[in-house]
Amino acid sequence: MTPAIELRGVTKRFLTPSGGVYTALRDLNMTVEPGEFCAVVGPTGCGKSTTLALISGLEPASEGEVDVFGSPVKGIADGIGYVFQADAVFPWKTVLENVAAGPRYRGVSNSDARERALDWISRVGLSGFEDRFPYQLSGGMRKRVALAQSLINGPRILLMDEPFSALDVQTRSLMENELLALWAASSASVVFVTHDLEEAISLSDRVFVITAGPGTVKSNYKVDLPRPRNVAEIRFQPRFAEIYEEIWKDLKDEVLVSYERQKRSGAA
Amino acid sequence: MSASSVQAERPVSDLAARRKREAQRRRLTVAGLRLGLGVAILAGWEITTRLGWVDAFFWSQPSAVAAKLWLWLTQGTDLGPLWEQVLVTMEETVGGFVVGSILGVIFGVALGRSRLLSDVLGPYIKGANAIPRVVVGALFAVALGLDIRSKIATAAVLVFFVVFFNAFQGVREVDRNLIANARILGAGDRLLTTEILIPSALSWIVASLHTSFGLALVGAVVGELFGATAGLGELIYAAKNNFDTAGVFAGMALLAAMALVAEAFITALENRLIKWRPPVATETRI
Ligand SMILES: Nc1ncnc2c1ncn2[C@@H]1O[C@H](COP(=O)(O)OP(=O)(O)OP(=O)(O)O)[C@@H](O)[C@H]1O
Ligand SMILES: [Mg+2]
Repeated sequence: MTPAIELRGVTKRFLTPSGGVYTALRDLNMTVEPGEFCAVVGPTGCGKSTTLALISGLEPASEGEVDVFGSPVKGIADGIGYVFQADAVFPWKTVLENVAAGPRYRGVSNSDARERALDWISRVGLSGFEDRFPYQLSGGMRKRVALAQSLINGPRILLMDEPFSALDVQTRSLMENELLALWAASSASVVFVTHDLEEAISLSDRVFVITAGPGTVKSNYKVDLPRPRNVAEIRFQPRFAEIYEEIWKDLKDEVLVSYERQKRSGAA
Repeated sequence: MSASSVQAERPVSDLAARRKREAQRRRLTVAGLRLGLGVAILAGWEITTRLGWVDAFFWSQPSAVAAKLWLWLTQGTDLGPLWEQVLVTMEETVGGFVVGSILGVIFGVALGRSRLLSDVLGPYIKGANAIPRVVVGALFAVALGLDIRSKIATAAVLVFFVVFFNAFQGVREVDRNLIANARILGAGDRLLTTEILIPSALSWIVASLHTSFGLALVGAVVGELFGATAGLGELIYAAKNNFDTAGVFAGMALLAAMALVAEAFITALENRLIKWRPPVATETRI
């Protein structure tokens, strides 16, 4: 079976404003199977967001190959959903218009787009807020708009960049469970970037640990916890603790490296 | 309903009522001060000219200006009925404003989108912007004749640059994340322009419309000074030739009134076009 996403020997360099070259990713290999839920963890600045940008086609790789469903990524591929790390809902559109944007851009008629948008708005729990502008919503509500905006297009690949990091713990577990239910019904492959190892394990089938920048995959772990899961409860299973300990040993080193580096460059 | 929730609601409505009263008092204070200031200036002007401290021949006086306005209103001006002069200048101003704004937005967005276009045209536009543009009025008066077209052209040139630079800047400053998001959602180049670039540049563009309407008025009046048969500028020009300073001031007062009315329209337009922005803090504060 062809994997949903495959990165082979991918390197990504950026030009820095001072004219130098910064290597964000180096020789990164990653494979995501169709329908698989993968989490990507790593210290800040290690290249997680960059990895998603490469998969989405927003950024080209400097070296190596990025394949989506067996064909190389050239420009923005169809069937990709992307929940950005920064706020990216359109401030001049209402919730309804924001959610309906994807179908409208893809040529769906206005009334159909509206109907589908209303359905998704209620699925993410925002019924009654259709006519609000983003500035009238809380940060968590804006994230839910972003989620509906992506999911309404029925993506085969869903890229999520720390989508829940702004939410309080309770809302977060609710949203996580909701996401798992939506994913289970959709057969999409998910790449979920997070800082939070607990979140990574409780959601995913596989966890990739990225090294401190320049990022490369240090290791990947299969999470063999049963599904369907309740993220609020799965943390208390003994197997969860075992997996957590195993991955944390890997991740801790990278976080320390990254932290030391930042401290030094801050002191210099 | 529990007792505690009843208790909780009362102070809130009290607070709202108090804020409302405060706001009302503030509006009254502002209106009073405004009126007072206007009266003080006019009275000072009138008194100093009556006492002979200031020469009323050169500086006129409010009573003479008022009399002039009344005369124009009731018996018409030398150029014809007053409303006709106002209408002519209004047409020229609005015409120039619309033409200049539309061209400014089109060029601003086009250059903002295309690196090549802005690199090639950039120096020319900056150069054109550097010359005092009212002088093009002289050129248009010759090339386009004394009718409305030369005034519209002059006003449009003045408006164009302001709107252009704002639209250009607005497009350049668009949030990269929003562009990325729109592209992922399936927007092509055309949709990107209409759905992202223009809306996000709109607050810049609309902000520039306040300045540019004033400039359109300048363009229309200057155009009339270079040669015209009707209009407020021509009226002022004729009054000046007769050493009629009251007529000059009366014309100026009419122009100011026109600008204020237009300003109100533009503010209304602004509120419609960018209602997605959070209102100024004081409006929603309780
Ligand atoms: N456009 C760019 N130009 C230059 N450098 C960049 C650019 N984008 C990212 N980088 C650099 O690449 C590195 C990786 O960035 P990236 O955003 O992928 O990190 P991240 O793992 O998502 O971090 P975080 O967890 O804090 O979001 C960082 O050091 C960043 O400074
Ligand atoms: Mg990131």
